[in-house]
Amino acid sequence: MAGIFVLAEHRQGQIRDITIEMLTKGRELAEKTSMELTAILLGSNVKEHAKNLAEYASKVVIVEDAKLENFDSEAYKKILSSLISTHKPLLVMIGHTSQGVDLAPRLAAALSLPLATDCIDLAFENGVFSVTKQMYGGKVNVKATVRKAETYLATVRQATFAPTKPTTPPNGQIVTVPSPLTEEISEKRFVQYVLPPPGGVDITAAEKLVGVGRGIKDVANIPQIEDLAKTLGAVLSCSRPIVDKGWLPTDRQVGTSGKTVKPKLYLALGISGAFQHILGMKSSDLIIAVNKDPKAPIFSFADYGIAEDLFKIVPPLKNKINELRAQKV
Amino acid sequence: MDVIVCVKHVPETAEAELKIDPSGKAIEKSGLVYDINEWDDYALEEAVRIKEKQGGTVTAITIGSDDSDSTLRKCLARGADKAVRLTDPKFEGSDGYAIAKILHAVIKTLHYDLILMGMQAGDDGSAMVGPILAELLGVPHATMVKKLELDTGAAKVNRELEGGLEEQVEVKLPSLFSVQTGINEPRYVSIMGIRKAMQREIKIMGLVDTGLTENDVGPAGSWLSIEKLYVPPVEKQAEFLKGTPDEMAAKIAEILKAKGLI
Repeated sequence: MAGIFVLAEHRQGQIRDITIEMLTKGRELAEKTSMELTAILLGSNVKEHAKNLAEYASKVVIVEDAKLENFDSEAYKKILSSLISTHKPLLVMIGHTSQGVDLAPRLAAALSLPLATDCIDLAFENGVFSVTKQMYGGKVNVKATVRKAETYLATVRQATFAPTKPTTPPNGQIVTVPSPLTEEISEKRFVQYVLPPPGGVDITAAEKLVGVGRGIKDVANIPQIEDLAKTLGAVLSCSRPIVDKGWLPTDRQVGTSGKTVKPKLYLALGISGAFQHILGMKSSDLIIAVNKDPKAPIFSFADYGIAEDLFKIVPPLKNKINELRAQKV
Repeated sequence: MDVIVCVKHVPETAEAELKIDPSGKAIEKSGLVYDINEWDDYALEEAVRIKEKQGGTVTAITIGSDDSDSTLRKCLARGADKAVRLTDPKFEGSDGYAIAKILHAVIKTLHYDLILMGMQAGDDGSAMVGPILAELLGVPHATMVKKLELDTGAAKVNRELEGGLEEQVEVKLPSLFSVQTGINEPRYVSIMGIRKAMQREIKIMGLVDTGLTENDVGPAGSWLSIEKLYVPPVEKQAEFLKGTPDEMAAKIAEILKAKGLI
């Protein structure tokens, strides 16, 4: 049964968006190559999700095991190894997420099967499997071919394929397979989920945000930007590097590992626009970006752009805003 | 506690304008500044902190040309005891899988309690070397580690999940952890410190020392083969404001006013 497998990702009782995104892309690939699309659902008490998945896939394979109550890449590796060896799918799609990053490379090494990670496109052309990925923080795309194999593994970037329901739901057949796990995984143990400490500022509630990135160079420059934010009546937020450096607290971080925001105004200063950041702010009503590099990815998402050093823009901008405010009165 | 830290010497591209070279399969490297991969810098810092607390050794390993020595010197200056550079023309063009095989061939001969590295590199961003290496070595692993606490025979680590959530996992030693940025604050290494590290030995090994064959490494030993690089197609482009900085700032302010935002 050469088909396409999509590993359904779920956490704390919720199917993650990446699952439906992969099923959408997987269906497109399956239709082109006349293959069957199968959703693989692993967990403990996860049957409730099968119906939902069957609206996208022509088959849903469930493996339930009490040892799968929380995600464990080692347990997943063992079960998927067994399913892949038995069914020999042509392609296995896994999310390029905190789960997939922990699982896929190790699974590929265990099975000696080729893996392409963080794919933004996948294609079968003349019997060759090729993928599109990004390099250098999204500044360059790369098309690569994958070494010929019976089964290919790929991790898929989040929010890359827009989830759509099939026009005629396949009403996939739901099959439960006994768990091949025989013993406890002893070398690794899930302890608990750790919630982020409650922050003082809720950036998701702000109407206007000024976001700062690497371009601000030094923690000493934060007050200057804070000052501009105050003038604008905006809240200060930031991209990941600023939190990593400890210049602003975690609750100010916009992006996949931080908050998703939709303000009326997002003014991005010195943010190049790594996709993790973009995913957190692209739905803002108005995006204005200031960055030295005119080719920075942020400019593909901004409404207005200024290709200039932010420190040359911030002082006159603050003055001009004050001036316009004064006129109003 | 003997810690091995795997590092990569990469171009800094966050604020650079990149051009694709005539081969179409790589970027123009001239004019780019190289340094330790950002994620590896955090792994190195974590390794040195463990040594300072618990004693033991830190061994830094890289695969690359002799240019990578500056990254290894940084490791030595920060507190690594030994530095190993794996250099061979045959290693060129290796993807994450081939890199993991080369590292495996060398690390399996060394004593270690812990292997640390960045969860990905700033150039290819594949995020695969760590878990593949762990599988080849037969040790447990965790990726995207944001906090690491050592206990007897085990480590408790926090993995970064999506949306600010973390999960705590307990992993038996020896094990491999790939770290996420922000796990610590890498210390500053002075020019003096790096100069002092110039005197220290860097052990150099090649393909013959690994016991691997030509087919295991480079393009032949890789899963992926690059067809072409290209600048991402622009679906939408911002309207660029023009003029002097003062004029551009004034235009932003006018736009904000027109939209009722000030």
